[in-house]
This record gives sequence, structure tokens and C-alpha cells, in this order.
Amino acid sequence: MGPVEAAPARKPNDYASDQEVRWCPGCGDYAILSQTKKALSIAGIDPERIVFVSGIGCSSRFPYYMSTYGIHGIHGRAPAIASGLKIARPELAVWVATGDGDGLSIGGNHMIHAIRRNLDIKILLFNNRIYGLTKGQVSPTSEFGKKTVTTPHGSVDSPLGPCAIAIGCEATFVARTVDMNPKHMVGIIERAAAHKGTAFVEIYQNCNIFNDGAFRYATDRAVRADHTLELEHGKPLIFGQNRDKGIRLASGYEPEVVTIGQNGITEADLLVHDEKAPSPALAFLLTRLRHPAFPEPIGVFRDIQASTYEALVHEQIEEVRKKKGEPDLQALLVGPDPWTVE
Amino acid sequence: MAAENGSEPAGASPTKWIEGRETVTVRFAGDSGDGMQLTGGLFSSSTALSGHDLATFPDFPAEIRAPAGTLPGVSAYQVNFSSTDIFTPGDRVDTLVVMNAAALKVNLPEVEKGGNIIVNQDGFGPNQLKLAKYETNPLEDRSLAGYRLFEVPITQMTRTAVESVGLTGKDADRCKNFFALGIVYWLYDRPLELTVRWLGQKFADNSQLREANELALKAGYHFGETAEYFQNQYKVGRARLEPGLYRKVRGNEAMALGMIAAAHKAGKPLFYASYPITPASDILQELSKHKDFGVKTFQAEDEIAAMAAVIGAAYGGVLAATATSGPGMALKTEALGLACMLELPCVIINVQRGGPSTGLPTKTEQADLFQAVLGRNGEAPIPVLAAKSPSDCFATAYEAFRIAVRYMTPVILLSEGYTANSSEPWKVPNADDLPKIEIKYAEDPAGFQPYARNEDLARPWAIPGTPALAHRIGGLEKRDVTGDICYEPLNHQRMCELRAAKVDKIAESIPEQTVNGPERGKLLVVSWGGSFGAVHTAVEQARQKGLDAAHAHLRYLRPFPANLGDLLSRYETVLVPELNLGQLQMLLRARYLVNVQGLHKVQGKPFTIREVLSRIEEVLWEE
Repeated sequence: MGPVEAAPARKPNDYASDQEVRWCPGCGDYAILSQTKKALSIAGIDPERIVFVSGIGCSSRFPYYMSTYGIHGIHGRAPAIASGLKIARPELAVWVATGDGDGLSIGGNHMIHAIRRNLDIKILLFNNRIYGLTKGQVSPTSEFGKKTVTTPHGSVDSPLGPCAIAIGCEATFVARTVDMNPKHMVGIIERAAAHKGTAFVEIYQNCNIFNDGAFRYATDRAVRADHTLELEHGKPLIFGQNRDKGIRLASGYEPEVVTIGQNGITEADLLVHDEKAPSPALAFLLTRLRHPAFPEPIGVFRDIQASTYEALVHEQIEEVRKKKGEPDLQALLVGPDPWTVE
Repeated sequence: MAAENGSEPAGASPTKWIEGRETVTVRFAGDSGDGMQLTGGLFSSSTALSGHDLATFPDFPAEIRAPAGTLPGVSAYQVNFSSTDIFTPGDRVDTLVVMNAAALKVNLPEVEKGGNIIVNQDGFGPNQLKLAKYETNPLEDRSLAGYRLFEVPITQMTRTAVESVGLTGKDADRCKNFFALGIVYWLYDRPLELTVRWLGQKFADNSQLREANELALKAGYHFGETAEYFQNQYKVGRARLEPGLYRKVRGNEAMALGMIAAAHKAGKPLFYASYPITPASDILQELSKHKDFGVKTFQAEDEIAAMAAVIGAAYGGVLAATATSGPGMALKTEALGLACMLELPCVIINVQRGGPSTGLPTKTEQADLFQAVLGRNGEAPIPVLAAKSPSDCFATAYEAFRIAVRYMTPVILLSEGYTANSSEPWKVPNADDLPKIEIKYAEDPAGFQPYARNEDLARPWAIPGTPALAHRIGGLEKRDVTGDICYEPLNHQRMCELRAAKVDKIAESIPEQTVNGPERGKLLVVSWGGSFGAVHTAVEQARQKGLDAAHAHLRYLRPFPANLGDLLSRYETVLVPELNLGQLQMLLRARYLVNVQGLHKVQGKPFTIREVLSRIEEVLWEE
């Protein structure tokens, strides 16, 4: 080895594979792909140290388009595949690309367990509120009453909130971003990359074929300022075209929308965001803010530090080794009660 | 020194006789809360130390604690020991120890006529008789007239024996299994030291319980020595085992040791992911004790996650394995298909139990062979091996990893509840003599292709972190050599054929099938898995009777050994005894177009020697 040289600065294209990208033209996935490459180049992680793991669905084609290592797995199982890989090889940067159906319906069990263990993996959940690859069936995040090919009279399922589930599992990092806001997205993915522990990122992603405009309220320039709320650590929850609206707790734990300057309301009355709060209570409350009654928060709900699963596994091994000394295979095979036959 | 065989008075007591025996089967039976598994396990350890060959058969209910005293709650542990080689836990019971009426009712049918029955009299009260559905007391109605019955108030005597320790009544009663064990130790001339030492370790921080159990054990032993009605003490000569260092090993324990040894010899960490399921759970429990070997155990959220985690870890370059039983195997099936498609090395152990569905969770069966060989969507060939005995789990697990890494393939290893829970003496292998497991990761970027193949048709193992080898793999069909997604018709046919050819090629590196007995003739009996012991012994006995029979036991079920077809053709008749309705029988017929006879048993129990022998006689008679 020669003298250590500074790693060359990375460019987004260093993370692009030679495969032709096959999402539908106009799909929100393109934005996620380019912002992920950008965020990784900023973080400067070597492509060969990264593994993208996915399940099944449009989002799960993601690994093929990256120049990193990757596994395109089976439906819903990406977090479990990623868990095995991360435990076996803690030094790798392991990312999961999943969708609302893959990650929260067929793979819901793996998702919650990966999160509660706090493995140091990054989960990008592309939420388009529809099954795209199978052509337009209702998904676990589709809104109540939604008409699709499998719910022609409207869905009678209540939707899941991806961030609420992540926080319910006490995820150490939870954030939400939107496909139409690349600047916001790249910042969020960068922060996810820097987090030590499970980072869960929900990305509002437009499926322009089967669910076009599902997030127009949150992405359309004319209305998005009134329908979304950009979370900032330590800052009061303010939103609106004129930044004159805010969220306060009305009675007990019920949030309400108020207007600053009306009825004697000042900024001091508003809830202040604290992404570092040890308790997930506030973060959970924020995930319950849903359109149209509330603006939907965009940004980091929660970002705290805790031991990662793989580090604890490693520590236990080290401790046992310290106690027992170098492993001796012959002694293990012989066991505690051998006898000799002459 | 007493004679090995024949009878002579025992030195200590002129009224007692030592009876020489070649082979003895003892069974302990009681409530599942009575500690019968523990009692049987300790007896077999002492027996091993006394220099006998032995085989055990634990038989316990699926319920952790079925209502006390009822028939479904009966738990039993059988030990067969001998001065000659033995391969089964014994067909018939010579001495049955029962703690209550229900245990007698369930186990009596298997006691040899004239055999010993030691009963805990205190377990035959009106309520216990009612729970056992006895209309009259079998101890009084002469229904046991054909046996040597020893009635001992074990509960009462245990209470008296441990009185000085000052335990509560309940805790004192819990010591009664040690009293029973003491009686049997005397009866079979076993040393107490090992068990006393075990108690010292087990109750290191509870001197009361240690002392009480030791008192109960010794009281039982002395009761046997002094009581008037045990007229015989049995002495079984030492077995003529091959010289060397031995230990007692259970099947699941040997499985864990085999995996640790394989990883250690390969110089790679072992990753083991599993979800608790009877009767495979204690492989996870055993492995989790050996973190000093760098073993990473992962109790996954479900069976699917365990298999998926194994795939992730295998992609990462470690030796990865999982174990389960039939229902869990069903859940893992989709991921097994992925492992086959990704061509990643890993080992999947199925400790079979009675099925279908939840079936008989604690009982043994061999009915998952089709599932292992055929049970996946698409053309998904996966090699299949089976372990023949508790200690053979070690060698078979080791071999499974050798095949997995050499051929870059998942390998299914079949065990059975019977093999997993039974124990036998094991001549400890020398770690230095274990065959090397060579692993070479791909490193050279020149001409690297993820699905290029070597002379074994194995693709390269290129692990994340290796510069310039980054590649993506997945469950979609891939183009030959490059591994890119490919839907072309002829490419799919080629890939299906390549995956099958690779698995077939394994036959080139496995030993030829051997036969015990004549190399051609009237009858070849073919067995697999845990039926080895009963079938081996039955064929030996058949030959001693002058019958023309040979035995071939298969470790490799996919692919079959290269010479198997030729071998089968050298006998007039082929017979396959198996604990299912004819699965290997059908595979052999389909593969080799030979007429294979079957012996099918699905009763949750292993074969007895007699069952196999009488079928051999029947088949040869029909000829």
C-alpha cells in the first residue's frame, strides 16, 4: 500500500449502473433515483461498500440502476435480507428500497422488526398509495373510499401511516419527503445516510399511470405551502403561504390549526419541534397530522441515538471471547464429560 | 469381578443375584412435569460413562404441561444400552419406571412379557386412576401378573429422605424422579458420581435443592440395595467399542457442532438465523452458547425472515444456515427458490416431525422428502442430504457446507425429531483431521461475470466490499454469464438446464453408494435418515437367519450417488422402509424404473427392528 491519499470526490454518476432505467416516463421514481445518487456522492460512500436490497414492486427495481452491490429479492422480504447482510457484514452500507405494498403489506412484519432492532440500515419507502406493478389495485396507504380495480365501490380499508408505524416501533430516525422537491429530498437522504441506526424515510411518490396526482395537494406550487409543514428542529410549527398558520395543542393531546395574530395567538403558543426528544410522543402526534384537516409534516420527525443491533451482537461476541479465551474446536467437540475406551 | 454373562451371587449381599445381560432397554415415564426427560438423560450419561454403547428415544407430548395425571400428559425417555454395537433405542422395554397410573397405561403395551415394572405406588390414588381411565387398580386386579412388578411408595419415601433439608412439600415432591433414578442406578449397577457432580453444577447457587436431590438419589439407590423384593441386579458388559475418546451427543447438538466446525475450518464466521419451532429450536439454543467461535445467531421474527436473513448473510460471504421443521419449511419455500436463483451457498436444516400442517409436533416422521426434493415453484433443484443418527448429524452438517460452498448452492439437510432428540456415544473426531473447506471469493475484475461458471458449474462468490466487482443479482431470470435480467425463451431454458446440471454434478464429488451384505442377490433394503439403526439391525438379523438380504443406506437424496442405479439393478427385489407413505420408493421408481417395494409407517414413532425384519421375511417369502 502506498501513502494514504484523499478519496476522490464522488459524482452522482459514479453510482449509476449501465442498465437502462425502465420506469414509466414521468414516474416519481426517477427523482428518487437521481437524488439518492446525489446524496450518496455528497456522503462520499464508495459504491463497492454499498448494497441496495429490495423486494418486489416498481420501487424494487431500484438496485439494478445503481452501480453498487445489490439484491433484488422477493416480495416484502428486503428488510430481512438486509438484516442478515448487515449482521454478517456490519461495515457495509446497507440500503433498502421498498414501496407501500412491499414494505407495509406483505412485508409489514419484517419492517417493524428491522426498525425495532435499530439495525444500521437505511429504508427508503416509496409511497404512491397504489399497487403499480400489478396495475392499480388498492394499497395499504390508499385513502379510505378510494376506487380502484379491486375496490370499484370504494375501499373500506383504513390506510396505514408509514411514519406512524416507524415511530410506533421507536425508530431512531424517521423522515418524510416528496418526489417533486429534489432539494428537500437530497437533504433528507443525506441525513439518513449520516444516521447511525435504522433510518426510515417515507417518500411521497407520484404514480402517473395508476394514481396520478395522489399528492398534488402536497406538491402543487399553488397550494403546497398551505398543505404541508416543513419541520425544523427547535422551531415552532408554522406553515401557510403567508407563514401565519401554526399548530398548537388545544386540550390534552389534540392538535389544532391556529392563525398567528388572531385571538391573541402568538408564536409562543405553538408547538415547538424537537426531533431529539427521547420520547416518541411528539413525533407520533405529528404523524397524525393528515390532509385535509391538517398540513402534512415534511422533514425529520425524529433523530435520536441508540445502540445498533449489529454493534450489540459484536460486543457480546467480544465479551464472551474475553471470558472464554481463544476458541478451541477440539475442546468443544470433546465436551465436558468424555470417556476413553481402551 | 462378576462374569459378563451368566449369573453369580453379588458380593455385597448374599440374597441378591447379578444377572448378566447383553442388551437392556429401560424406559422412564411420568407426567410431563415429573422430570422424566432429565432423569432419562442423566441415566444415559452414566451409562455412557460405564462404557456401554447406547441409544436413546425421548418421547414427550406437544403440550408443555398437559393436566397432571392425564394420558396426554405422559412423557417418556427410553435408553437402550448394550455390550455390543446397537443402532436403535430398543424395540421392547425390559424395565419400565412409571410415576403414575397414566404413565403405566400409555407405556405398558411396549414392555416385554416378564419385564420389570417399577411403579410409584403414590401415583395410583383414586383420582389418578380416574384420570388414567382405569376402572380397576392395575396394581390390584392381577392385570400385571405377567410382569415383575415392584411397587414402591416413591413420593412418600422421597419426602422422608429429604425431610432434613426443609423444603416445601411441592419442592420435596419434585425430587422423586431422583429417587426413581437411584433405584435404577442400583438395578443396573451405574455409578452415582456423574449425577452427583451434575447436581452440584445445576444447583450451584441453591444448595438446598442440590442437597435434597442428592439425598433422594442416594435414598433410591440404597433402597434398591436393601429392599427385599429386588432380587436381581443386572450387569451389562462393557461394549466393544473401537478404542478412542468418546462423548455422548444428541442429534441437534451434533448438528450445531458440525456447523461450527465447518465454519471454523473454512476460516469464516457462522451466521445462523432461525425461528423457534419444535423439534429444531435447540439447534439455535446450542449455537447461541458458542459466541466465542464468532457464531452470530439471529432469532428472526418469523420463518421467512430467518431464510431471507440467511440469503443476505450468504451474499455477504459468511457461512449461513437456518433450521426449522415442516411447517416452517413451507414458509421458507419462496425464499429457498430465491437462494436457488441467486446461487448462494447456505444450509437449510429440516428436523422433520409428523405432518401435515401442525401435525404431531413432538413425534418423528420422514414425510418431508418430497417437499425437500420437489417442493418449490418452477424448476428449482436443490441438493438434499439426510443424517442417519445423532452423531451423524455432525458429519452431514459438515458435508452440507462443503457442497454448498463448492457448488454455490443452498443445501437442504433432513433430520428427524427422533434423531434430533436421541443421543448416542460418539467417537470424537480430531479437529485437525476434518477435511478442509476451501473458500475462494472472486477478486479479479478482469473478465468478471457474476454468472460465469467454473468446471463444477459454480458461479463466483463476489462479496460486497470487493473493489470493481459490484453487481446486482435478483429473483428475475438472468442472462447466462452476465446475470443481467433476461426474458428470452432460449436463455430461460438454458439457465434451467444449467441449474439442474450443476446439482447433478455434485454426484461427481460424493462417495459411491456402498452396501452392507452381498453385492448382488435376492433383496436390497434401502433406507434413509433416522431409519438407519432399525434397518441395519433388521438386515443383519435376517442374514443371521440365512436370508439373502443386503442393506444400502442413503445419505445423498439429491443427487443420488452415481452408482445407485446399477446397484439397484443387481438385486431381484428392492425394499424401502420409510416413515411416510412411500416417498423415496416413488423417487427410486421414477428415476431408475425398478420395482421398489415399501414398508410405510406413519405413527409418529421410529421403526422397530421387528417391524422391518418381518417385512423382509414377507418380501422374501413372496418371491
